[in-house]
Amino acid sequence: MAEDVWILGIHMTKFGKHPDKDTVDLAAEAALGALRDGGVTIHDIGVLAAGNLMNANAGIGQQLQKQIGQTGIPVYNVVNACATGATALRTVIMAVKAGEADMGLAVGVEKLAGAGLLAGGTRKEDGDTWTPSGRYGAVAPVDGRIGTETMPGVFAQVGMQYIHEHAYAGEPFELFARISEKNHAHSTLNPLAAYTKRFTLEEIMNDVMIAYPNTRPMCSANCDGAAAAVVVSGAKLKTLSLEQRRRAVKVSASVLTSDPWQEGCQVLPDVNTLTRRAAEQAYEQAGVGPEDLSLVELHDCFATAELVHYDNLKLCEPGGAADFFLSGATWRDGSTPVNVSGGLQSKGHPIAATGIANVWEICHHLRGEAGDRQIEGANVGLAHVIGLGSACGVHILEKAAA
Amino acid sequence: MAQVPLVDYLVLGDDPHLVAKACTSCGARFFDRRNACAACGSDAGFDEVPVAREGVLRSFTIVSMAAPGIPVPFVAGVVDCDGTSVRANIVNVEPTPEHVRLGMKVRLTTFPIGTDSAGTEAVGFGFEPMEEG
Ligand SMILES: [Zn+2]
Repeated sequence: MAEDVWILGIHMTKFGKHPDKDTVDLAAEAALGALRDGGVTIHDIGVLAAGNLMNANAGIGQQLQKQIGQTGIPVYNVVNACATGATALRTVIMAVKAGEADMGLAVGVEKLAGAGLLAGGTRKEDGDTWTPSGRYGAVAPVDGRIGTETMPGVFAQVGMQYIHEHAYAGEPFELFARISEKNHAHSTLNPLAAYTKRFTLEEIMNDVMIAYPNTRPMCSANCDGAAAAVVVSGAKLKTLSLEQRRRAVKVSASVLTSDPWQEGCQVLPDVNTLTRRAAEQAYEQAGVGPEDLSLVELHDCFATAELVHYDNLKLCEPGGAADFFLSGATWRDGSTPVNVSGGLQSKGHPIAATGIANVWEICHHLRGEAGDRQIEGANVGLAHVIGLGSACGVHILEKAAA
Repeated sequence: MAQVPLVDYLVLGDDPHLVAKACTSCGARFFDRRNACAACGSDAGFDEVPVAREGVLRSFTIVSMAAPGIPVPFVAGVVDCDGTSVRANIVNVEPTPEHVRLGMKVRLTTFPIGTDSAGTEAVGFGFEPMEEG
């Protein structure tokens, strides 16, 4: 029988600007924090998985080891777009489940402050002569000529497609802006968030338009940050102290999916089907349903994305995401609090750190250590990330029984 | 003047239209050069099929911030052309939420995007509203 696995220690750095720290400093701060939190040292760790999207070929795992302990253990440097952190965590969980190690460390880190808005980069100049190139035989750059490659624009269409398919009768711009209003309000209670300013609905709607209906505060905030987790097998956990066992959080489900082919998925990325499949597998693995969740951290890279994931994660009736949100369900005092951390729009989105920071938020509540923003009595939580390409990670976490 | 399409799935001439590659095994449609079918895995090949020139706007965004060199604002969207999804700009319409409606009927249109040093004109495509309002 496969091992059960637990989060023994977990840590996230403050998200925001860290001009005085490099990528390895941030990764080391998160990793050492997670080890300390778990009451263990680097010598207890049997496997390391690490991710840093923006400098993916640098080998962040070994760079980290050079600073915090070169113990000779296997290192997996992983990259999976915005799901990189969740992939690092999942890699370590797989190794522990497989019995290859009884303790592992997962780390995600990014330096992104000042990087702009996940736009499509710089479009190349047109050539001197029209020469077809690439898989579409394009004679000139197509971004802006055949649709958009900017992330705010892609995810705007993801949200607008949902509005179209489910015939929402209201004003979509206001609906999406209200989602952002919620997350920014939540962020005021999170001292580790990059931005903790509450915005009124009017301020959000009147801010700089990036890609309708996403204005600037409705887009994820680029920032620096890192997060790390120590994963331990159930058998090993039994040998540890009462305090370590009390604070350990059970990983009831750990799932990673990619996007299965759907009509149109190569025209506009389909972020729905892989999330639905990941959620279905996770609920099945954990033996819990969406109604059992005390809180959810989902991938609100844009306000338009949060809406569709209410449906994809089955938090609401099929097609009912707008009504579900407008009922107040996803505010922190609602029936299914979503992104009480402030979400990517205000907590920030240091890409490779996000998939572990979401798990940190859930663990914090399950341990009863979330301070002012504690969701009282939290016992089950779900963390979701999606990276375009696509990859989706879902983890369901449960409070220790004892 | 010599003309060249912006992409190879745009067919110019008297009757401009888009062509897709349809998997001979399952019918899934693609616009790029293929190695095999992403839907069914078959590498038996593809048939070139014309794509309907009229369709319904299934989703859109109005891009106000883009990479340097891209004129903004512009409308980017997904058009459902009789069951085949097409990515395109929505053109000949005010780029405001009041003028671009989900579900509106649109049709293919082509337009020059520039002339190179050899005097060849590149032609792009977009979709325009079929009726006013
Ligand atoms: Zn096929």
